[in-house]
Amino acid sequence: MIAPPTPPQAAAADPLIIAGRAYRSRLLVGTGKYKDLDETRRAVEASGAEIITVAIRRMNIGQNPKEPSLLDVLPASKYTYLPNTAGCYNTDDAVRTCRLARELLDGHSLVKLEVLGDEKTLFPDIPQTLQAAEILIKDGFQVMVYTNDDPIMAKRFAEMGCVAVMPLAAPIGSGLGIRNPYNIRFIVDDAKVPILVDAGVGTASDAALAMELGCDGVLMNTAIAAATNPILMASAMKKAIEAGREAYLAGRMPRKQYGSPSSPLGGTFF
Amino acid sequence: MNIIVNGKTQTIGAAVTVAQLLDAMDLAGKRVAVEVNREIVPKSRHAEVALRDDDRIEIVAAIGGG
Repeated sequence: MIAPPTPPQAAAADPLIIAGRAYRSRLLVGTGKYKDLDETRRAVEASGAEIITVAIRRMNIGQNPKEPSLLDVLPASKYTYLPNTAGCYNTDDAVRTCRLARELLDGHSLVKLEVLGDEKTLFPDIPQTLQAAEILIKDGFQVMVYTNDDPIMAKRFAEMGCVAVMPLAAPIGSGLGIRNPYNIRFIVDDAKVPILVDAGVGTASDAALAMELGCDGVLMNTAIAAATNPILMASAMKKAIEAGREAYLAGRMPRKQYGSPSSPLGGTFF
Repeated sequence: MNIIVNGKTQTIGAAVTVAQLLDAMDLAGKRVAVEVNREIVPKSRHAEVALRDDDRIEIVAAIGGG
């Protein structure tokens, strides 16, 4: 699909719309795997992300109550919190996690649903994800669903009412980049809700490619947190998302089998 | 009476409410969600709901994650 020409100013006002809410940044970041809360904060700030994912876990009782929490350094007033169902391998745990998250965040109902099927690959268990999505949507949640790169499943999740579909690029934390760009493209072509690549991004070019394929955004965690310099990588990712999006809106040149010169043929003196 | 909080057994006095438990654990005012026997107890009811013998309580918070 070729996007209509967009003047530079409008490109800056090219918001990401999820569940009726507009965001400037198309980069969503996780808050896990950082050295400490200060590094987490600095990386999130450098990324320009407005939506951040968090995990829901048992409160560490007996910990120093004066110690700042994630919500202290990244306030919910400034960021949109996207609780995930990380570590859930079945429908019940995922649904339970989302309900606890909603209670925790005062009724905020945007969630990232992931139901894993395998500890080694961390690939999603699609049947359980479908089941959980159905229950959550009926219960009033706005579900952003982590899934594989199967275009049929992507369509099914959108049709059932998920507010965003998030196909993986490669296994969570693998940094392998987009393993099947052709499938991602199919998913984007048929999309009725925002499509965000989630999981497996490794470096800036992976993020740019996702945007060039027409994705609406990218969600990443390890790519930034496990970089040698996470703050610098966060900044690189911000630029990569912007560059990839502009390239997509600009409408790339067609690929050609043979060369075609860029300089005129006539007027040569040799 | 005995209750199990986040997997650990604790002995408490009778007629302790969820709010009182959170207070005793220095968690008053912290952003947490509470489940008693797999049912969420909303914040608005923390001061009403009294814990009973053998209740299993989960107190969860948001932490860094991808």
